[in-house]
Amino acid sequence: MPLNPDQLAARVAQDIEPGSYVNLGIGQPTKVADHLPVGGGVVLHTENGMLGMGRAAVGDEVDPDLTNAGKVPVTETPGAAYFHHADSFAMMRGGHLDVCVMGAFQVSASGDLANWDTGAPGSIPAVGGAMDLAIGAKRVYVMMGLFAKNGSPKLVPTCTYPLTSVGCVSRVYTDHAVFEIAPDGVRVLESFGTPVEELRARLEVPLVVGAH
Amino acid sequence: MSKAQIFASPDEAVSVVKDGDTVLVGGFGFAGMPFDLIDALIRHGPGDLTIVSNNAGNGEVGLAALLKAGQVRKVLCSFPRQADSHVFDGLYRSGRIELEVVPQGNLAERMRAAGAGIGAFYCPTGVGTPLAEGKETRTIDGRDYVLEYPIKGDVALISAHTADTAGNLVYRKTARNFGPVMAAAAAATVVQVASIVNAGQIDPEAVVTPGIYVDRVVQVEPRHYTVQGAR
Repeated sequence: MPLNPDQLAARVAQDIEPGSYVNLGIGQPTKVADHLPVGGGVVLHTENGMLGMGRAAVGDEVDPDLTNAGKVPVTETPGAAYFHHADSFAMMRGGHLDVCVMGAFQVSASGDLANWDTGAPGSIPAVGGAMDLAIGAKRVYVMMGLFAKNGSPKLVPTCTYPLTSVGCVSRVYTDHAVFEIAPDGVRVLESFGTPVEELRARLEVPLVVGAH
Repeated sequence: MSKAQIFASPDEAVSVVKDGDTVLVGGFGFAGMPFDLIDALIRHGPGDLTIVSNNAGNGEVGLAALLKAGQVRKVLCSFPRQADSHVFDGLYRSGRIELEVVPQGNLAERMRAAGAGIGAFYCPTGVGTPLAEGKETRTIDGRDYVLEYPIKGDVALISAHTADTAGNLVYRKTARNFGPVMAAAAAATVVQVASIVNAGQIDPEAVVTPGIYVDRVVQVEPRHYTVQGAR
Protein backbone atom coordinates (compact mmCIF):
# COMPACT_ATOMS: atom_id res chain seq x y z
CA MET A 1 0.00 0.00 0.00
CA PRO A 2 1.32 3.45 -0.86
CA LEU A 3 1.98 5.57 2.22
CA ASN A 4 -0.36 8.35 3.32
CA PRO A 5 1.19 11.79 4.01
CA ASP A 6 1.59 11.11 7.75
CA GLN A 7 3.27 7.76 7.14
CA LEU A 8 5.54 9.40 4.58
CA ALA A 9 6.46 12.13 7.08
CA ALA A 10 7.28 9.43 9.63
CA ARG A 11 9.48 7.64 7.06
CA VAL A 12 11.43 10.83 6.34
CA ALA A 13 11.84 11.44 10.08
CA GLN A 14 13.47 8.01 10.49
CA ASP A 15 16.38 9.15 8.31
CA ILE A 16 17.13 12.32 10.25
CA GLU A 17 19.96 11.64 12.64
CA PRO A 18 19.93 12.82 16.25
CA GLY A 19 21.77 16.11 16.64
CA SER A 20 21.04 17.29 13.10
CA TYR A 21 20.22 20.86 12.20
CA VAL A 22 17.19 20.62 9.92
CA ASN A 23 15.00 22.95 7.87
CA LEU A 24 11.53 21.71 6.98
CA GLY A 25 9.85 23.43 4.03
CA ILE A 26 6.34 24.80 4.22
CA GLY A 27 3.40 22.48 3.51
CA GLN A 28 3.82 18.70 3.77
CA PRO A 29 7.43 18.68 5.05
CA THR A 30 6.26 20.53 8.18
CA LYS A 31 4.61 17.23 9.22
CA VAL A 32 8.04 15.60 9.60
CA ALA A 33 8.44 17.54 12.86
CA ASP A 34 5.55 15.56 14.39
CA HIS A 35 7.52 12.33 13.95
CA LEU A 36 10.94 13.36 15.23
CA PRO A 37 11.71 11.60 18.53
CA VAL A 38 11.11 13.85 21.53
CA GLY A 39 14.49 14.63 23.08
CA GLY A 40 16.21 13.30 19.95
CA GLY A 41 18.28 16.43 19.73
CA VAL A 42 17.18 17.47 16.25
CA VAL A 43 17.29 21.28 16.04
CA LEU A 44 14.82 22.88 13.65
CA HIS A 45 15.82 25.97 11.68
CA THR A 46 13.24 28.33 10.28
CA GLU A 47 14.47 30.80 7.66
CA ASN A 48 12.65 33.73 9.22
CA GLY A 49 15.32 33.76 11.89
CA MET A 50 15.26 31.00 14.49
CA LEU A 51 17.01 27.81 15.57
CA GLY A 52 15.27 25.57 18.07
CA MET A 53 11.77 26.02 16.74
CA GLY A 54 9.14 24.03 18.62
CA ARG A 55 5.72 22.71 17.68
CA ALA A 56 2.78 24.82 16.50
CA ALA A 57 1.45 27.19 19.18
CA VAL A 58 -1.99 26.58 20.64
CA GLY A 59 -4.27 28.79 22.73
CA ASP A 60 -2.38 31.22 24.96
CA GLU A 61 0.94 30.22 23.40
CA VAL A 62 0.12 32.08 20.16
CA ASP A 63 2.48 35.04 19.80
CA PRO A 64 2.28 37.11 16.60
CA ASP A 65 6.02 37.78 16.84
CA LEU A 66 6.85 34.06 16.72
CA THR A 67 5.96 32.24 13.50
CA ASN A 68 7.46 29.65 11.18
CA ALA A 69 8.31 30.16 7.51
CA GLY A 70 4.70 29.40 6.61
CA LYS A 71 3.64 32.22 8.97
CA VAL A 72 2.01 29.76 11.38
CA PRO A 73 2.44 30.65 15.09
CA VAL A 74 4.97 28.28 16.70
CA THR A 75 6.74 27.82 20.03
CA GLU A 76 10.40 27.93 21.07
CA THR A 77 12.37 25.11 22.68
CA PRO A 78 15.05 25.45 25.38
CA GLY A 79 18.28 26.53 23.68
CA ALA A 80 16.48 28.40 20.91
CA ALA A 81 18.18 31.37 19.24
CA TYR A 82 16.91 34.27 17.15
CA PHE A 83 18.85 36.06 14.41
CA HIS A 84 18.21 38.34 11.47
CA HIS A 85 17.51 37.26 7.91
CA ALA A 86 21.02 37.69 6.52
CA ASP A 87 22.40 35.52 9.33
CA SER A 88 19.63 32.98 8.80
CA PHE A 89 20.53 32.59 5.14
CA ALA A 90 24.26 32.74 5.83
CA MET A 91 23.94 29.64 8.01
CA MET A 92 21.93 28.02 5.23
CA ARG A 93 24.08 29.06 2.27
CA GLY A 94 27.27 28.56 4.24
CA GLY A 95 26.59 24.83 4.48
CA HIS A 96 25.79 24.66 8.20
CA LEU A 97 22.42 22.93 7.93
CA ASP A 98 22.58 19.12 7.77
CA VAL A 99 19.27 18.42 6.06
CA CYS A 100 16.44 20.27 4.40
CA VAL A 101 13.17 18.65 3.39
CA MET A 102 11.16 20.25 0.61
CA GLY A 103 8.20 19.46 -1.59
CA ALA A 104 8.58 19.38 -5.38
CA PHE A 105 6.70 19.61 -8.66
CA GLN A 106 9.42 17.53 -10.33
CA VAL A 107 12.81 15.97 -9.57
CA SER A 108 15.08 14.82 -12.40
CA ALA A 109 17.17 11.66 -12.53
CA SER A 110 20.27 13.77 -11.94
CA GLY A 111 18.79 15.49 -8.89
CA ASP A 112 17.58 18.73 -10.47
CA LEU A 113 14.75 20.25 -8.44
CA ALA A 114 11.70 22.17 -9.70
CA ASN A 115 9.46 23.41 -6.91
CA TRP A 116 8.84 27.15 -7.22
CA ASP A 117 7.03 27.99 -10.45
CA THR A 118 4.84 25.99 -12.78
CA GLY A 119 5.42 28.55 -15.52
CA ALA A 120 1.68 28.35 -16.26
CA PRO A 121 0.10 31.46 -17.84
CA GLY A 122 -1.24 33.74 -15.12
CA SER A 123 0.74 32.06 -12.36
CA ILE A 124 2.60 34.38 -10.01
CA PRO A 125 6.11 33.09 -9.35
CA ALA A 126 7.16 32.92 -5.68
CA VAL A 127 10.52 31.44 -4.75
CA GLY A 128 10.89 32.26 -1.05
CA GLY A 129 13.96 30.51 0.34
CA ALA A 130 13.76 27.41 -1.87
CA MET A 131 16.74 28.24 -4.10
CA ASP A 132 18.90 29.10 -1.09
CA LEU A 133 17.97 25.92 0.77
CA ALA A 134 18.60 23.80 -2.31
CA ILE A 135 22.19 24.99 -2.73
CA GLY A 136 22.90 25.37 0.97
CA ALA A 137 21.84 22.31 2.95
CA LYS A 138 24.31 19.41 3.08
CA ARG A 139 21.53 16.99 2.15
CA VAL A 140 18.38 17.95 0.25
CA TYR A 141 15.50 15.53 0.75
CA VAL A 142 12.38 15.83 -1.36
CA MET A 143 9.05 14.60 -0.07
CA MET A 144 6.28 14.27 -2.67
CA GLY A 145 3.70 12.05 -4.29
CA LEU A 146 5.44 10.03 -7.00
CA PHE A 147 2.66 10.82 -9.46
CA ALA A 148 0.73 14.03 -10.15
CA LYS A 149 -3.06 14.07 -9.94
CA ASN A 150 -3.24 13.31 -13.69
CA GLY A 151 -1.02 10.25 -13.18
CA SER A 152 2.11 11.72 -14.75
CA PRO A 153 5.35 10.88 -12.93
CA LYS A 154 7.08 13.61 -10.93
CA LEU A 155 10.43 11.79 -10.96
CA VAL A 156 11.46 12.50 -14.54
CA PRO A 157 14.45 12.25 -16.92
CA THR A 158 14.56 16.07 -17.25
CA CYS A 159 12.47 18.69 -15.45
CA THR A 160 10.04 20.57 -17.69
CA TYR A 161 9.15 23.15 -15.01
CA PRO A 162 11.54 26.04 -14.26
CA LEU A 163 14.39 24.82 -12.07
CA THR A 164 14.98 25.71 -8.44
CA SER A 165 18.49 24.25 -8.45
CA VAL A 166 20.68 21.91 -10.48
CA GLY A 167 21.75 18.48 -9.17
CA CYS A 168 20.96 19.26 -5.54
CA VAL A 169 18.60 16.46 -4.46
CA SER A 170 20.03 13.55 -2.43
CA ARG A 171 16.89 11.53 -1.80
CA VAL A 172 13.30 11.46 -2.95
CA TYR A 173 10.72 10.18 -0.48
CA THR A 174 7.46 9.30 -2.18
CA ASP A 175 4.26 7.46 -1.35
CA HIS A 176 5.41 4.48 -3.46
CA ALA A 177 9.13 4.28 -2.76
CA VAL A 178 12.28 5.99 -1.50
CA PHE A 179 14.85 6.83 -4.18
CA GLU A 180 18.46 7.86 -3.88
CA ILE A 181 19.98 10.07 -6.57
CA ALA A 182 23.27 8.20 -6.95
CA PRO A 183 26.21 8.63 -9.33
CA ASP A 184 25.23 5.39 -11.10
CA GLY A 185 21.55 6.31 -11.43
CA VAL A 186 18.34 6.47 -9.46
CA ARG A 187 18.47 3.77 -6.83
CA VAL A 188 15.35 2.29 -5.25
CA LEU A 189 16.18 2.16 -1.53
CA GLU A 190 12.81 0.92 -0.37
CA SER A 191 9.40 0.27 -1.89
CA PHE A 192 6.09 0.47 -0.06
CA GLY A 193 4.43 -2.47 -1.74
CA THR A 194 4.71 -1.27 -5.32
CA PRO A 195 6.84 -3.82 -7.23
CA VAL A 196 9.98 -2.39 -8.81
CA GLU A 197 8.77 -3.71 -12.19
CA GLU A 198 5.67 -1.54 -11.87
CA LEU A 199 7.82 1.48 -10.94
CA ARG A 200 9.97 0.77 -14.00
CA ALA A 201 6.89 0.57 -16.20
CA ARG A 202 5.42 3.86 -14.93
CA LEU A 203 8.64 5.93 -14.74
CA GLU A 204 10.77 6.95 -17.70
CA VAL A 205 13.81 7.01 -15.44
CA PRO A 206 16.13 3.96 -15.40
CA LEU A 207 16.13 2.48 -11.90
CA VAL A 208 18.97 0.76 -10.08
CA VAL A 209 18.17 -1.81 -7.41
CA GLY A 210 20.45 -3.33 -4.79
CA ALA A 211 23.56 -2.28 -2.93
CA HIS A 212 26.20 0.08 -4.31
CA MET B 1 24.52 59.60 9.56
CA SER B 2 23.37 61.93 12.25
CA LYS B 3 22.09 60.87 15.61
CA ALA B 4 18.67 59.26 15.88
CA GLN B 5 15.78 61.65 16.46
CA ILE B 6 12.62 60.77 18.33
CA PHE B 7 9.39 61.87 16.64
CA ALA B 8 6.01 62.37 18.24
CA SER B 9 3.96 60.83 15.44
CA PRO B 10 4.39 58.31 12.60
CA ASP B 11 3.27 61.03 10.17
CA GLU B 12 6.23 63.25 11.04
CA ALA B 13 8.57 60.26 11.03
CA VAL B 14 7.72 59.18 7.45
CA SER B 15 7.75 62.70 5.95
CA VAL B 16 11.22 61.87 4.61
CA VAL B 17 9.76 59.58 1.90
CA LYS B 18 9.52 61.21 -1.58
CA ASP B 19 7.93 60.31 -4.91
CA GLY B 20 9.93 57.63 -6.72
CA ASP B 21 11.81 56.43 -3.64
CA THR B 22 12.92 52.87 -3.02
CA VAL B 23 11.46 51.96 0.36
CA LEU B 24 12.61 48.88 2.31
CA VAL B 25 9.69 47.59 4.37
CA GLY B 26 10.42 45.19 7.23
CA GLY B 27 8.39 42.17 8.21
CA PHE B 28 7.83 38.56 7.31
CA GLY B 29 4.12 38.27 6.71
CA PHE B 30 2.79 40.33 9.60
CA ALA B 31 5.61 39.60 12.08
CA GLY B 32 7.71 42.76 12.27
CA MET B 33 5.60 44.72 9.80
CA PRO B 34 5.62 48.47 10.63
CA PHE B 35 1.85 48.98 10.36
CA ASP B 36 1.77 52.51 11.78
CA LEU B 37 4.57 53.77 9.55
CA ILE B 38 2.86 52.30 6.48
CA ASP B 39 -0.49 53.87 7.41
CA ALA B 40 1.30 57.20 7.85
CA LEU B 41 2.97 56.73 4.46
CA ILE B 42 -0.46 56.25 2.87
CA ARG B 43 -1.62 59.53 4.45
CA HIS B 44 1.62 61.26 3.40
CA GLY B 45 0.89 60.12 -0.16
CA PRO B 46 4.15 59.80 -2.17
CA GLY B 47 3.75 57.74 -5.34
CA ASP B 48 5.78 55.79 -7.91
CA LEU B 49 7.45 53.90 -5.05
CA THR B 50 9.57 50.78 -5.36
CA ILE B 51 8.95 48.55 -2.35
CA VAL B 52 11.46 45.95 -1.17
CA SER B 53 9.96 43.47 1.27
CA ASN B 54 9.78 39.72 1.76
CA ASN B 55 6.12 39.48 0.74
CA ALA B 56 3.73 41.58 -1.30
CA GLY B 57 1.12 42.16 1.36
CA ASN B 58 -1.37 40.06 3.30
CA GLY B 59 -5.08 40.75 3.69
CA GLU B 60 -6.06 44.43 3.48
CA VAL B 61 -3.71 45.97 6.06
CA GLY B 62 -0.07 47.08 6.16
CA LEU B 63 1.77 46.61 2.88
CA ALA B 64 -1.42 45.41 1.15
CA ALA B 65 -3.12 48.72 2.04
CA LEU B 66 -0.19 50.67 0.57
CA LEU B 67 -0.42 48.69 -2.67
CA LYS B 68 -4.18 49.20 -2.76
CA ALA B 69 -3.66 52.96 -2.40
CA GLY B 70 -1.90 52.91 -5.79
CA GLN B 71 1.37 54.38 -4.51
CA VAL B 72 3.61 51.52 -5.61
CA ARG B 73 5.10 51.05 -9.08
CA LYS B 74 7.22 47.98 -8.39
CA VAL B 75 7.70 45.30 -5.74
CA LEU B 76 10.94 43.39 -5.16
CA CYS B 77 10.17 40.41 -2.96
CA SER B 78 10.79 36.69 -2.53
CA PHE B 79 7.27 35.39 -1.99
CA PRO B 80 4.36 37.43 -3.36
CA ARG B 81 1.84 34.63 -3.82
CA GLN B 82 0.02 33.67 -0.64
CA ALA B 83 -3.46 32.60 0.38
CA ASP B 84 -4.37 36.18 1.33
CA SER B 85 -2.33 38.22 -1.18
CA HIS B 86 -5.40 39.17 -3.24
CA VAL B 87 -4.56 42.89 -3.38
CA PHE B 88 -1.19 42.25 -5.01
CA ASP B 89 -2.55 39.44 -7.21
CA GLY B 90 -5.21 41.75 -8.66
CA LEU B 91 -2.76 44.58 -9.37
CA TYR B 92 -0.23 42.19 -10.92
CA ARG B 93 -2.71 40.35 -13.12
CA SER B 94 -4.12 43.64 -14.43
CA GLY B 95 -0.62 44.92 -15.23
CA ARG B 96 -0.73 47.75 -12.69
CA ILE B 97 2.34 46.72 -10.70
CA GLU B 98 5.76 45.36 -11.61
CA LEU B 99 7.27 42.37 -9.82
CA GLU B 100 10.87 41.27 -9.41
CA VAL B 101 11.14 37.94 -7.63
CA VAL B 102 14.38 37.63 -5.64
CA PRO B 103 15.42 34.50 -3.72
CA GLN B 104 15.00 35.25 -0.02
CA GLY B 105 18.67 34.78 0.81
CA ASN B 106 19.69 37.12 -2.00
CA LEU B 107 17.14 39.68 -0.86
CA ALA B 108 18.70 39.68 2.62
CA GLU B 109 22.33 39.49 1.47
CA ARG B 110 21.92 42.15 -1.24
CA MET B 111 20.64 44.56 1.42
CA ARG B 112 23.38 43.49 3.80
CA ALA B 113 25.91 44.23 1.04
CA ALA B 114 24.38 47.67 0.49
CA GLY B 115 24.75 48.48 4.16
CA ALA B 116 28.28 47.11 4.36
CA GLY B 117 29.71 48.87 1.29
CA ILE B 118 30.12 45.69 -0.75
CA GLY B 119 30.04 46.42 -4.50
CA ALA B 120 28.67 43.01 -5.49
CA PHE B 121 29.12 39.38 -4.47
CA TYR B 122 29.20 35.91 -6.03
CA CYS B 123 26.59 33.51 -4.70
CA PRO B 124 25.59 29.95 -5.68
CA THR B 125 21.84 30.57 -5.27
CA GLY B 126 19.93 30.35 -8.54
CA VAL B 127 22.71 28.94 -10.73
CA GLY B 128 21.12 27.23 -13.75
CA THR B 129 17.66 28.68 -13.05
CA PRO B 130 15.57 31.38 -14.77
CA LEU B 131 16.45 33.84 -11.98
CA ALA B 132 20.12 33.79 -13.03
CA GLU B 133 19.44 34.40 -16.72
CA GLY B 134 21.43 37.33 -18.09
CA LYS B 135 23.55 37.57 -14.94
CA GLU B 136 27.32 37.24 -14.85
CA THR B 137 28.51 33.88 -13.56
CA ARG B 138 31.90 32.66 -12.44
CA THR B 139 33.41 29.33 -11.42
CA ILE B 140 35.41 29.49 -8.21
CA ASP B 141 37.13 26.33 -6.91
CA GLY B 142 34.95 24.23 -9.18
CA ARG B 143 31.63 25.68 -8.06
CA ASP B 144 29.44 28.04 -10.11
CA TYR B 145 28.32 31.38 -8.71
CA VAL B 146 26.09 34.24 -9.87
CA LEU B 147 27.07 37.89 -9.46
CA GLU B 148 24.53 39.76 -7.33
CA TYR B 149 24.39 43.50 -6.73
CA PRO B 150 23.39 45.40 -3.57
CA ILE B 151 19.85 46.67 -2.96
CA LYS B 152 20.04 50.11 -1.42
CA GLY B 153 17.03 51.93 -0.04
CA ASP B 154 16.26 55.63 0.07
CA VAL B 155 14.26 54.91 3.21
CA ALA B 156 13.73 51.86 5.43
CA LEU B 157 10.52 51.49 7.43
CA ILE B 158 10.97 48.86 10.12
CA SER B 159 9.54 47.77 13.43
CA ALA B 160 11.48 46.91 16.59
CA HIS B 161 10.47 46.17 20.16
CA THR B 162 12.45 48.74 22.13
CA ALA B 163 14.66 51.69 21.23
CA ASP B 164 16.77 53.80 23.53
CA THR B 165 17.29 57.52 23.06
CA ALA B 166 20.59 56.76 21.27
CA GLY B 167 18.65 54.83 18.61
CA ASN B 168 19.86 51.39 19.68
CA LEU B 169 17.30 48.70 18.93
CA VAL B 170 16.26 45.34 20.27
CA TYR B 171 13.67 43.18 18.57
CA ARG B 172 11.31 40.46 19.66
CA LYS B 173 11.55 36.82 18.48
CA THR B 174 11.04 36.24 14.73
CA ALA B 175 9.76 39.81 14.28
CA ARG B 176 13.46 40.73 13.98
CA ASN B 177 13.70 39.22 10.46
CA PHE B 178 14.79 41.89 7.94
CA GLY B 179 14.97 44.82 10.39
CA PRO B 180 18.72 44.84 11.07
CA VAL B 181 19.78 44.51 7.41
CA MET B 182 17.26 47.08 6.21
CA ALA B 183 18.31 49.57 8.90
CA ALA B 184 21.85 49.54 7.52
CA ALA B 185 20.86 49.46 3.83
CA ALA B 186 18.85 52.68 3.64
CA ALA B 187 19.91 56.32 3.52
CA ALA B 188 17.24 57.09 6.12
CA THR B 189 15.91 54.51 8.56
CA VAL B 190 12.60 55.05 10.31
CA VAL B 191 11.68 52.72 13.16
CA GLN B 192 8.45 52.20 15.04
CA VAL B 193 8.84 50.67 18.48
CA ALA B 194 6.60 49.58 21.34
CA SER B 195 8.70 51.48 23.87
CA ILE B 196 11.49 54.04 24.10
CA VAL B 197 13.85 54.00 27.07
CA ASN B 198 16.70 56.25 28.15
CA ALA B 199 20.19 55.62 26.82
CA GLY B 200 21.86 53.17 29.17
CA GLN B 201 18.70 51.20 29.87
CA ILE B 202 19.39 48.65 27.11
CA ASP B 203 22.33 46.42 28.02
CA PRO B 204 24.99 47.30 25.41
CA GLU B 205 25.69 43.55 25.05
CA ALA B 206 22.06 43.02 24.02
CA VAL B 207 21.82 45.74 21.36
CA VAL B 208 20.95 44.17 17.99
CA THR B 209 20.90 47.25 15.76
CA PRO B 210 23.31 49.98 16.91
CA GLY B 211 21.93 53.51 16.77
CA ILE B 212 24.31 54.57 13.99
CA TYR B 213 21.91 52.89 11.55
CA VAL B 214 18.80 54.57 12.94
CA ASP B 215 17.56 58.05 12.00
CA ARG B 216 13.98 58.40 13.17
CA VAL B 217 12.16 56.64 15.99
CA VAL B 218 8.51 56.80 16.93
CA GLN B 219 6.66 54.98 19.70
CA VAL B 220 3.35 53.31 18.81
CA GLU B 221 0.89 50.88 20.35
CA PRO B 222 1.73 47.46 18.85
CA ARG B 223 -0.98 46.03 16.59
CA HIS B 224 -1.15 42.39 15.63
CA TYR B 225 -2.88 40.55 12.84
CA THR B 226 -2.92 36.92 11.78
CA VAL B 227 -2.03 35.83 8.26
CA GLN B 228 -5.05 34.01 6.82
CA GLY B 229 -4.54 30.66 5.15
CA ALA B 230 -1.07 30.15 6.65
CA ARG B 231 0.11 26.59 6.50
